[in-house]
Amino acid sequence: MEPATGIRLDYNHQLSLREFPYIIRWRDDRCKRCGNCTAVCPVKAIEPTVKVKRVVQSEGPIPTPTTTRGITHVIEQVTDMERYCTGCGTCTLVCPNEAIEPEFNPQNKFLHYKNKGGEGYKRGGRRNDPSISTLDRLKFTRISMLTDPALDAGRHEFRIRTLLGRILPPDELPLKSENGKLVVDRESKRFIPPVREIYPIIIGSMSVGALSPPMWEGLAMGVAYLNEVEEMPVVMCTGEGGVPPRLLKSKYLKYFIIQIASGYFGWDEIIHSLPLMTEDPAGVEIKYGQGAKPGDGGLLMAQKVIKLIAQIRGVPQYIDLASPPTHQTKYSIEESVMKMIQSMSMAWGFRVPVFPKISGTKTARAVLNNLARNPYAAALSIDGEDGGTGAAYNVSLDKMGHPIASNIRECYLDLVRQGKQNELPLIAAGGIGKKGNLAANAAALIMLGASAVAVGKYIMQSTADCFGYENNRCNLCNTGKCPRGITTQDPKLYRRLDSDKVAERLVEVFKAADVELRKIFAPMGRSTELPIGMSDGLSVNDKAIAERLEISYAC
Amino acid sequence: MCRLVAITSDKYFSPMENILALETMKEGHDGSGMGLVLKDLGGEFEKLKGYPILSGICSRKGKSILDEFIEIQGFKLKYEWAPKIKRVNSITPRDYYFARVYDYPANFKNRSLQEKEDLLMNTRISLRRMGESDESIVVFSFYPDVITIKEVGDPLELSEFFSLDRSGLKAKVIFAQGRQNTNYAINLYACHPFFIQGYCSMTNGENTAFVPIREFLMSRGFPGYIGYNSDSEVFTHILHYTARQLRFPLHYYKDVITPLKPSEIEKRKDGEAIRLIKQSLRPLCIDGPNMVIGFTPDGICFMVQDSKKLRPGAVGGIKGKYALMSEECGLDRIIPQRDKSKDIFPMKYDMVIVPPGAKEVKVWNQLQG
Repeated sequence: MEPATGIRLDYNHQLSLREFPYIIRWRDDRCKRCGNCTAVCPVKAIEPTVKVKRVVQSEGPIPTPTTTRGITHVIEQVTDMERYCTGCGTCTLVCPNEAIEPEFNPQNKFLHYKNKGGEGYKRGGRRNDPSISTLDRLKFTRISMLTDPALDAGRHEFRIRTLLGRILPPDELPLKSENGKLVVDRESKRFIPPVREIYPIIIGSMSVGALSPPMWEGLAMGVAYLNEVEEMPVVMCTGEGGVPPRLLKSKYLKYFIIQIASGYFGWDEIIHSLPLMTEDPAGVEIKYGQGAKPGDGGLLMAQKVIKLIAQIRGVPQYIDLASPPTHQTKYSIEESVMKMIQSMSMAWGFRVPVFPKISGTKTARAVLNNLARNPYAAALSIDGEDGGTGAAYNVSLDKMGHPIASNIRECYLDLVRQGKQNELPLIAAGGIGKKGNLAANAAALIMLGASAVAVGKYIMQSTADCFGYENNRCNLCNTGKCPRGITTQDPKLYRRLDSDKVAERLVEVFKAADVELRKIFAPMGRSTELPIGMSDGLSVNDKAIAERLEISYAC
Repeated sequence: MCRLVAITSDKYFSPMENILALETMKEGHDGSGMGLVLKDLGGEFEKLKGYPILSGICSRKGKSILDEFIEIQGFKLKYEWAPKIKRVNSITPRDYYFARVYDYPANFKNRSLQEKEDLLMNTRISLRRMGESDESIVVFSFYPDVITIKEVGDPLELSEFFSLDRSGLKAKVIFAQGRQNTNYAINLYACHPFFIQGYCSMTNGENTAFVPIREFLMSRGFPGYIGYNSDSEVFTHILHYTARQLRFPLHYYKDVITPLKPSEIEKRKDGEAIRLIKQSLRPLCIDGPNMVIGFTPDGICFMVQDSKKLRPGAVGGIKGKYALMSEECGLDRIIPQRDKSKDIFPMKYDMVIVPPGAKEVKVWNQLQG
């Protein structure tokens, strides 16, 4: 029996638009009903529909309003949580009349409902926290003027380079003096680990598969150009997912760090290509953890596993590819380090630096100290909580992980206490360039003790206009429906992306960052080496942060 | 920017020569300190060359602590020199300025030089720690045939204060610095030249990479790498670390503090070695602005520039007497009879070396190796 009030109970189980993270603002007066917005919406959050409408009109010189009822076409946002508006703004991009745009709704209750079927919300992107990170609060306050003369970023020579690889302590160098000259003592049989001189900003691990063909290809082309034309030794990590076979056998392999992770995807092809390789890779990264989703494994959704990806990864098409959260064959840190680092080193005749990547964690120092004791460990990469991912549970992204600033600082100071700060390079990642300050964030981490930084999300945003932002904007990377064509394997979508433009932008991004790094280092008088650990150049306007990072407080 | 005067000669000379040279550069030092290091001593010390000399300053209280400690260590006092103090208005005198010659403890007499050096350094560090909080004991060097004098004040007034013009103090190598205080507190330990186990250096300029260099040195596990009241002290310790601890030939000091670019390294015959040195000693790379003058235990004096030559430096002289200075006017004062056209102004790749006896001057070029 219906209630006396006449209210239909059915509405109770419908969500209002106020619960949604983005509300579409559509302007009837501007819309010409072309349908571009509804066609392009990656989640079908808007649809064309018809409404019966009462229209008051007046014609002629004297107002004579008449009322008519008629059917009009409108754009309507759906209230289905499976088709929520992600705020990507592709509709705005294609609208010829600026008639539509999504507006962020800070009162949304999205997470209260985004668990239909008992499945936690999964997405791509990075931690949804648009606040200012510690990295962006750090300032460079030691500016030389009349005391130690500032250098000139435009005139003086700067060598913005770093080392990737295990560096021998000076008292263990196999050197002997012959007629007043030092020569390498071959008879000592001392193993000299491989060391690469690279640019201190590394393109972080993003796999073939997670990225679309034009995106990955664009980045690879840009990296080759930076090295061969601009003479900037930028290297890029492949992520877990193998390497295109032609690249494996090409001379450009030396610009890539190959990643091995717990799924070992792509490694059948890599191992079989070993005898055919003409160059060694820049390094091998063993992924034990990822800052964006600590404790969680990798996932490439079935819809992204097209023929090319299946071939490169050595798997059947269209199946979910899950990398386990941990390396299943390992049971202890000692074994992990010994077995994986040494076997990877052995595969390339100990000519390639091999290093692990972990997510930022309170236990980072334990890993660090284990690596410090292993003479084959080439570096430690620590990926902080603001790192990005192609797919993860929202809870892992938002609530798990460790900020990179204090993690890298405590690891560096631990190495200083042991006198090994120059032996085991630290690579910092996670949230660099979150607010667009690539060079400043990189410089701050270097001055806290990092030898290099790795950047992923910023690169996607700056080279391919990724819509992602920390108000949960877009973040569709996991679905294969990336409206920019960056993280999709759907040709209809990735055709939108021009790999040449990606490459061009990558070159611009690195050249601009190089200028900005010089602008930061010059007034501090550092030019011939990176200011690794030059913490006296940093300040922060928060006493607790200053104390934790052992830098000065300035306000 | 501090002013520096180093003179090396085949004959003994008075430190007044250094001070008069400093006087010509007066606009560059501000009375915040003067340091003198004398090596290869003449006069009353000539016959005591094998015995270590403890140089320093102490209060009355500090003197009794020092005497007691050094006696317990087993050192026997052989000779004591103290400057004749003349009251000068601008200088506040301290209780005792001294250079004391000791004989080694009996159980060290037949030990190796290295063991003796470590004993002397550890004794000096202990004394420094004992007197650091109340400045009751300040010790600058404890080494055979070397005397160090430091005090706050104008160099010429200090020479009057210490009556250096009338003392018989002479040496064949004398380094002097007139300090221009910039970044750090006025502290006797902040005054150049710095000395450790036979190695000495002084510099004009700042050290922008001070913090990572200090952290690297302090984590070498070597007890002498302490202090750092001045950012320039690391230059002496880098010299000591590369030459004594790592046993690198002297010119590799230049390769450590101002390493070459990879393309330049490739052209060096010892490129493979210096590539490894550059990597392993990366934190010791300086960025200037610095000109460094130093000497080694065997009496070689040298001058090097930072990799951009951001500070002045000049070397000139005659056979038997060369001077290494921060300004040419000092050279004109001390060795006016030299052929000025042969003066050397080392550039960024150069290391000027004057061997003991000052018979000649050599320029080692880093690009050529």
